[in-house]
Amino acid sequence: MPPEAGASLEIVCPAGTPAALRTAVEAGADCVYCGFRDETNARNFPGLNFDRAEMRNGIEFAHRHGAKVLIAINTFPRAGDLTPWHRALDDAAAMGTDAVILADIGLLAYAAQRHPDLRLHLSVQAAAASAESIRFYVDAFGVKRVVLPRVLSVAEIAQVNAAIPCETEVFAFGGLCVMAEGRCSLSSYATGKSPNMHGVCSPASHVVYREQGGELVSRLGGFTINRVPRDAPVAYPTLCKGRFQTAFGAGYLFEEPASLDARRILPELRDAGVKALKIEGRQRSRAYTKAVVSAFRAAVDALKRGEPIQDGQLGEFTEGQRATCGAYLKTWR
Amino acid sequence: MTDARLTLGPLLFNWPAERYRDFYYRIADEAPVDRVCLGEVVCSKRTPFVQDSLPSIIDRLESGGKEVVLSTLALPTLDREMKYTAGLASSGRTLEINDVSQIALVRGRPFHVGPLLNVYNEATVEYLAALGACAIALPPELSRPSIAAIAAASRRATIEVWAFGRVPLAISARCYHARVHNLTKDSCQFVCERDADGLTVETLDAQGFLAINGVQTLSHTYCNVIDDVVDLARTGVASFRLSPHSCDMVAVATTFRSVLAGKLGADEAMHQLSELKTGAPFSNGFVHGTAGAACV
Repeated sequence: MPPEAGASLEIVCPAGTPAALRTAVEAGADCVYCGFRDETNARNFPGLNFDRAEMRNGIEFAHRHGAKVLIAINTFPRAGDLTPWHRALDDAAAMGTDAVILADIGLLAYAAQRHPDLRLHLSVQAAAASAESIRFYVDAFGVKRVVLPRVLSVAEIAQVNAAIPCETEVFAFGGLCVMAEGRCSLSSYATGKSPNMHGVCSPASHVVYREQGGELVSRLGGFTINRVPRDAPVAYPTLCKGRFQTAFGAGYLFEEPASLDARRILPELRDAGVKALKIEGRQRSRAYTKAVVSAFRAAVDALKRGEPIQDGQLGEFTEGQRATCGAYLKTWR
Repeated sequence: MTDARLTLGPLLFNWPAERYRDFYYRIADEAPVDRVCLGEVVCSKRTPFVQDSLPSIIDRLESGGKEVVLSTLALPTLDREMKYTAGLASSGRTLEINDVSQIALVRGRPFHVGPLLNVYNEATVEYLAALGACAIALPPELSRPSIAAIAAASRRATIEVWAFGRVPLAISARCYHARVHNLTKDSCQFVCERDADGLTVETLDAQGFLAINGVQTLSHTYCNVIDDVVDLARTGVASFRLSPHSCDMVAVATTFRSVLAGKLGADEAMHQLSELKTGAPFSNGFVHGTAGAACV
């Protein structure tokens, strides 16, 4: 669905805590997305997320400042125990959230039936990578916006947008999944904990660092993910960003530690019909939220005024101090 | 003894056309499996190579008493990939879909759901069954309690569980086979053809970890739930999936069949499967609710 002429790209920001929500809103976020403090959302990390009262207050604060709140209930409900997910959805609807972000077909069906007025966004965890997939979710459940998986180039995003009756949101900054989201069980293979079922990837509870022969070895669930010289900077051992070896040598077989930064292609994304830009990182600090949201607010406003976009300043918030446009450029493949 | 069935899943790897044909001819003639899934799931660039031999393979499999199901691509994004799948659907054969984009092609007539489509609970099973799904292969990362809850609740669709073979863990836009060889996906030279069971990925400590298969990443270990099939069948699991590898798949099927028939004990069956020389250890952690790589 092409956006109306002159429309501004919407900035959708993460908030792992009530303080981060306020920071994001004050820094210029149009929308803030967050989750309840349990396994119903895909950032189920210790010390993160919102209890019911915090969420209610967060929505009230955001609305007072003209911002929206989206609640992510985007893990796949556990068989035989759907109640926590149903309750999260019922509570989100009762609190007046502006939309919920869902991935599971069964949960989407529940939402469409029980809460027909609740606005539904399709989570990236549903990995709807084609117009055909998106049309299924729109026709079946009335989904209003789809967060696109990070597998499409800008040209492909434009083709998808021309062929669907809903909005799209794309990742614009932050940790980069190299696999199709929601279609990856690498983490549960190594640790037993998965993004789809438990809302975690490469969880800290399964990470061990140890020194060995002058090197710092990072391990995840019994597998070495990387080794670096003791004094070198060490990245968090996210499984797909590790160094491994095959018969043809060692290296970052899947992806170097790097973060997505799509600021320099914002004009192309806008022209491709994208409605909203998603910033990753509900688990990141308030300093991150403030810096990244402010930088994107400036970039989107500059774009709207037809001015050049400044894309410096966020180096310290990228993994390995390295930014990439990822799959948006076809050469990444 | 159970009446659970055996399904031979689609070959996930890129085998030369002749090897591909010979493999399925032997399966048709010798393997005690009930159902065979055919078709490219991982990468659409591979599809032209085996296309010509499919009709004769299907004939041979059906002559051997096997039900033939056509499997679809797991992550289609291009127009030609959509058209390819639409072509499969118009053949009139039953499709096993691996992506939500394919539901529109099959709804209203019976179809199967492959293990690469996210079906984690009874509500999703029920929704898909209402659209026509009559057989659903669950994602390999599900544990026994989830499998049992789904099998108990599913009234219309039969439930299948991943039982043997390297486990598909992830799919990407990026081709890792090409990347390892300093190529890109568009200029890949089909280097994935060199690794009949995937390219082994080790940690920097030389511990086997994963296997690369083009845009797909699999486990290094071979999932093997021979110890659990009788128990899982009792929970209502209707069929077990054996995923093709270069080891003797007729022997694998025969062993699973004997255990399900109550003619072979699990220990002896495990011993037989250990003789296969897969080059990688077995695992069953997912079914047991722990790290998938584990062998419980």
